[in-house]
Amino acid sequence: MRYLPLTQPDRDAMLAVIGAGSIDDLFVDVPEAARLSGPIHDLPNHASELAVERHMTALARQNTVAGEVPFFLGAGAYRHHVPASVDHLIQRGEFLTAYTPYQPEIAQGTLQMLFEFQTQVARLLGTDVANASMYDGSTACWEAIGMARRITRKGKAILSGGLHPHYVSVAKTMAKYTGDHLETAAPALTAETDVDALIAAIDGDTSCVVVQYPDILGRIADLTPLADACHANKALLIAVVTEPVALGAITSPGEMDADIVVGEGQSLGVGLQFGGPYVGLMGCKDKYIRQMPGRFCGETVDAEGRRGFVLTLSTREQHIRREKATSNICTNSGLCALAFSIHMTLLGEAGLRRLAGINHAAACRAADRLAKVRGVELVTETFFNEFTLKLPVEARPVVRTLADRGILAGVSLGRLYPGEDALANGLIVAVTETTTAEDVETLAAALEEVLA
Amino acid sequence: MSINQSGWRPEMTAGGGNGAAPTFTGNKALMLEEALIFEIGDTQTTGVDFAEGDVAGSRLGNLSRKAPIGLAGLSEPETIRHYTRLSRQNYAIDLGLFPLGSCTMKHNPRLNEKMARLPGFADVHPLQPVDTVQGALAVINELAVWLIKLTGMHGVAMSPKAGAHGELCGILCIKAALEKRGDGHRKVVLVPESAHGTNPATAAFAGFTVEDIPATADGRVDTAALKARLGPDVAAVMITNPNTCGLFERDLKSISDAVHDAGGYVYCDGANFNAIVGRVRPGDLGVDAMHINLHKTFSTPHGGGGPGSGPVVLSEALSPFGPLPFTARMADGHIQLIEEETAGDDHPDTFGRMTAFHGQMGMFTRALTYILSHGADGLKQVAEDAVLNANYVLRSLEGTLDAPFAKSGPCMHEAIFSDANLAEGFSTLDVAKGLIDEGFHPMTVYFPLVVHGAMLVEPTETESKAALDQFVGALRSVAERAKAGDASLKTAPHFAPRARLDETQAARKPVLVWKEQPLAQAAE
Repeated sequence: MRYLPLTQPDRDAMLAVIGAGSIDDLFVDVPEAARLSGPIHDLPNHASELAVERHMTALARQNTVAGEVPFFLGAGAYRHHVPASVDHLIQRGEFLTAYTPYQPEIAQGTLQMLFEFQTQVARLLGTDVANASMYDGSTACWEAIGMARRITRKGKAILSGGLHPHYVSVAKTMAKYTGDHLETAAPALTAETDVDALIAAIDGDTSCVVVQYPDILGRIADLTPLADACHANKALLIAVVTEPVALGAITSPGEMDADIVVGEGQSLGVGLQFGGPYVGLMGCKDKYIRQMPGRFCGETVDAEGRRGFVLTLSTREQHIRREKATSNICTNSGLCALAFSIHMTLLGEAGLRRLAGINHAAACRAADRLAKVRGVELVTETFFNEFTLKLPVEARPVVRTLADRGILAGVSLGRLYPGEDALANGLIVAVTETTTAEDVETLAAALEEVLA
Repeated sequence: MSINQSGWRPEMTAGGGNGAAPTFTGNKALMLEEALIFEIGDTQTTGVDFAEGDVAGSRLGNLSRKAPIGLAGLSEPETIRHYTRLSRQNYAIDLGLFPLGSCTMKHNPRLNEKMARLPGFADVHPLQPVDTVQGALAVINELAVWLIKLTGMHGVAMSPKAGAHGELCGILCIKAALEKRGDGHRKVVLVPESAHGTNPATAAFAGFTVEDIPATADGRVDTAALKARLGPDVAAVMITNPNTCGLFERDLKSISDAVHDAGGYVYCDGANFNAIVGRVRPGDLGVDAMHINLHKTFSTPHGGGGPGSGPVVLSEALSPFGPLPFTARMADGHIQLIEEETAGDDHPDTFGRMTAFHGQMGMFTRALTYILSHGADGLKQVAEDAVLNANYVLRSLEGTLDAPFAKSGPCMHEAIFSDANLAEGFSTLDVAKGLIDEGFHPMTVYFPLVVHGAMLVEPTETESKAALDQFVGALRSVAERAKAGDASLKTAPHFAPRARLDETQAARKPVLVWKEQPLAQAAE
């Protein structure tokens, strides 16, 4: 029990100060029937650092590590190289073990970082402002739908077929209790995005249209006509970015007049981590600030006139407004936001654009190579670092077979859209700067064999 | 193109104690002022080396980026220096006692960090074939078993991303259960006054009407008022135990029985589970759903604001309604991931997905590491030491500060004081800011709302007696000054990186992003 500093003499002395005969006297308010006297059935006692390390390492070894095999998975989580400085800096105890900056005079480090993060995110997404992070992209997406309902006082949200199916699932869960009406359909396995269909679906009841950019199949659409159509009907355009590195290469949704832009920031600084913790990005136009959930860091001055930062606009939040709050969200992803911000600082604009260019070039080369495999068709004409292949057979068993050969080939649409037969042959392949030409060749050769 | 070469300097240079002159830089020896990255970096600088080669874009659908983004970059040494300097402006548990009641700031073991960074956990993708992630699924499964056994509950939903997200999960389970049995018309959720603000916000979000239940003079739920309000319109009661006054709700079992008899469910806010882990199982008290903040009870670091993680333990009645995805260990030892398609006929009642992937995996790894390190015996000791430390602080200070519930029985993991005996014009805030100058992070202030000018102190189990004695001495000294009307306390802190910050200006004229100064102004 190496984390507990009290010694038995300490405990005895403290009990004497308190005036208690034993520790049990401090639990007198627990009803007798609810007091555990003995040990809890079949739970082990404490273990040494070595023993715990051995146990956890053994579990870790049972997993196939992305970095050790040819790896092509994306669909909402991407493998990028994270500079060593990022993990070093976030492990500084003053960042790692700090709490929410409720006492700003002794939390300027976290607060300044959050202010810088907000600025970076707003610029990247092309929005006027950004908040100090959400849990992840999927929950940020449903918070945005709720925001649109409050702003427009309408409750019909149209979700693009190109929106990540898990994001759609989360929105459906929310709609069950908020009463929002969601319209959505699975995507078609074509090069065309569904922007025209989305425009046609907008009507006077529509609160928002939610579109992913690039979308789940990797396709990129100009959002300007969609934004215009939304605004003509007093609806909001919500754009979802699951791969923020893309915005180093393509025009941001905010620049195309999206009202709210949310994103998954995992690509920068955070790592795959089997799905979490990630970092939700959220930006919007200035006029919607007061309907935005989550924390804001704002600039101000101290009593001596020096610039400083505080958490602000908290009157929207649950600890003040309780049942009238914009959201019940209480925490944020502070440490992941820090990792994102450090990685972004190391990249800078020049670095991000260069990184995006490398990703796109590598994806173009891989797409061309894989499309040469007999029977394989490249579905997506536009893409950033992720594209969709149509195999001559169902993709899901192919992915499993290749996994047995030590190749993680991508995400099959059958896994994401079970029961949608028209999508079963689709395979989403992501290629980043971490993918080598040899990896691509290994995948191509294996596909040729498996499909022969 | 450079976006800024401003050579930022603080508005006013800071003087030192003993009549020392202000410094030119605003720095104070080892305490260094730091400009924003947008003021010291530029858009051409990068701290990352990239591979050579052609990067021309070709398939971007005519959307190749044309306009600049405006992101400032720094070289690697400048980046290290920037964030290291910023870090030094932060108080943290690694620096000293962090007595934030209801937040539970305890030592964050570094073994947790080391284990979470094993590539087998950190470098695996959530959509990898399940055969390739059996170890990661085993972590989720092992932690789930611990949480179920420690709480005496039936099932657990692991995916909620934070405590408040967990509350939503629990309330959605309750809503789904009510609808399943045709009781969807029950719209009222009863929430005691002392509850966290997230409780009413969550219930309102889920479409319920929130009604407050008062507290008694001794700081507990008014059981009679609560029982009297039960009826066919009540869906659930949300209760915190131990509660936010630091007290154990003695009547929880009888409240649960009454709520169940009236057809409702009991949601317990488990934020304070650290006070009873290994000594009391909430399942034995009739709780139907309770979230567990892993960072509080199981020591995952809070990182200046998150991430959290909020698994929700569920009673037998609510377990079928929990969210996707979840893990299930098959008879052959293989762990299956139950998602939309695999839920099928066996799990028809799940309310759906709360988040894209499996939850806060990195937090699960840390929490499991901590739990294995402590074991069942250690976790019981955790609760005992946390309670012992809090009662020691309560008894050591009750002669100095007003302690409104000192006679309500032993406190649990936190001790509450009020501003009742400070001098006229002196507030809890002044005591808090005074504590900063003494080198301590202040306790939680002005919460819970049921106590005027509340000061909620939670030392946790990882503080030594010596650390507590030092803290008690400092708080006693500051409190005596506030009782004596020491005016210098009104302008504290005097030795922090910043003096009191103007929060009103920040809210009235929000500046949430950095913007370049207009040229004319910059030239002044």
